[in-house]
Amino acid sequence: MGKQGENSAQERRDSATIVVFSGELDRALAAFNIATTAASMGMEVTMFFTFWGLNVVRRERGGGGRKTALQRMLGLMNRGGTRRLRLSRLNMMGGGRAAMKRLMRQFRMPSLEEMIAMARDLGVRFIACTTSMALMGLTEDDFIPEVEDFAGAATYVERASNSSINLFI
Amino acid sequence: MEADRTVDCVGLYCPMPIVKTSQEIKELKDGEVLEIVADDPGIRSDMPAWCAKTGHEFLGIEERDGEYHVFVRKKEG
Repeated sequence: MGKQGENSAQERRDSATIVVFSGELDRALAAFNIATTAASMGMEVTMFFTFWGLNVVRRERGGGGRKTALQRMLGLMNRGGTRRLRLSRLNMMGGGRAAMKRLMRQFRMPSLEEMIAMARDLGVRFIACTTSMALMGLTEDDFIPEVEDFAGAATYVERASNSSINLFI
Repeated sequence: MEADRTVDCVGLYCPMPIVKTSQEIKELKDGEVLEIVADDPGIRSDMPAWCAKTGHEFLGIEERDGEYHVFVRKKEG
């Protein structure tokens, strides 16, 4: 059997795949909570960031790749970076988000930024969807260094088909 | 129950006790016992689940003054 076959046999052993489609703080926290837990339970974890989910792993300042006029407009209204993510409910122009962050600190819950660093330390793999990147005019420079792979749906489907946990958040 | 090492997770919530336990268990030798102290009641279900998945031996939980003392024996090999 070739090298590829051996890899899939290994991945079938015990892995989790999470699609992060949403770009909201609460949903991203849930995704990273499960990712860090699964990694702590010995699973190989892959997070596939697509569409609005790309904002979770974008730098605050973009890499300045070429964009069309429409993409520039989209970029102005859809800016990336963890600090810009809203709550899916009760965001209240950022007031709800600030209250939620204060509560999380009070209860010593890790921030999303800390969760991202923890996930990387635990070996979670971050993949950004190249199709969504093209649509939004984003390049590899627009992403935080934790994102190590840039790939399409086939990569995700291959990983997911060998995973015992597969989530779409 | 006697432990070889203790990890303090009082005041911490999911996923922190599990993440910390998975890191601390690496510091133990095979067969040694790790004590996890936590006050989030989720630990009562989560630690046996973590043991079932990772293969470490769940030894039991003692509840004292609103704190849970969980004992886990590191698996061989």
